[in-house]
Amino acid sequence: MNIINFTPISAFLGGTIIGLSVIIFFILNGRMIGISGIASNFLNEKKNRIDNFLFLLGLILGPLICKFYTKQQINISISSSLILLILAGLLVGIGTRISGGCTSGHGISGIGRFSLRSIIATITFMVVGILTVFIKNII
Amino acid sequence: MSKLVSLICGIIFGIGLVISEMINPTKVLGFLNLFGDWDPSLAFVMLGALIISSPFFHLFKNNKKPIFTERFSYSHNKEINKNLIIGSSLFGAGWGLIGLCPGPAIASLALFNINSAVFVIAMFVGFYLVKLSDLRTQAR
Repeated sequence: MNIINFTPISAFLGGTIIGLSVIIFFILNGRMIGISGIASNFLNEKKNRIDNFLFLLGLILGPLICKFYTKQQINISISSSLILLILAGLLVGIGTRISGGCTSGHGISGIGRFSLRSIIATITFMVVGILTVFIKNII
Repeated sequence: MSKLVSLICGIIFGIGLVISEMINPTKVLGFLNLFGDWDPSLAFVMLGALIISSPFFHLFKNNKKPIFTERFSYSHNKEINKNLIIGSSLFGAGWGLIGLCPGPAIASLALFNINSAVFVIAMFVGFYLVKLSDLRTQAR
């Protein structure tokens, strides 16, 4: 194991901003942020549909606002394999609905209120994620 | 007001994903590459988010009601069952394949990246398939 590209300060700072969003949403609207829940409820449920839509819209506006004020490009690189993208998207969509949460819902909101269920979910998806990358690197 | 709060919280969350660089799958895959060239950044993102949010959950959860809505509504499910493990495993596999989870995937639509759009569409199809199978189970 070598440690590379480690950016602890921007990671921690960005994390506190995410935490701020989670706690404002909780205190003002009474809901816990879990993006997979918000996105799937937007698709599948009438209840809170406008709220969920506006949250997702904000999620897309956030990076645009960053770009506008910092005048910097946001560079990302994503695999361009169509099969992998579709497979991964399906797995993430199906998996998060079966387990009731993703990195934000279980990993932040759930762990934040000390839910054992969420702690176990987070350990599980991290271990499987690490194994997946490990296997992908061998193949 | 709750609608404005939803929009603003989404924006703040999206900005957090950009500053923490979690919007970039390379950073996430770096974290999951524990046995190779490891980038521990994601752990610091979670730490930052938890340090800010966790104390307030515990301070406010016993309040009668949130400020702009009638009641607190979140999952009180404590069940640790097969579905939790299977679902989390499927999610982990998908996460490790591309390095996208739901938040960064949707936020990255802002960058007009065709690859993230394909991923997001497939993810929504996944949401729908689970809903469909839930409805079938209920109908039985």
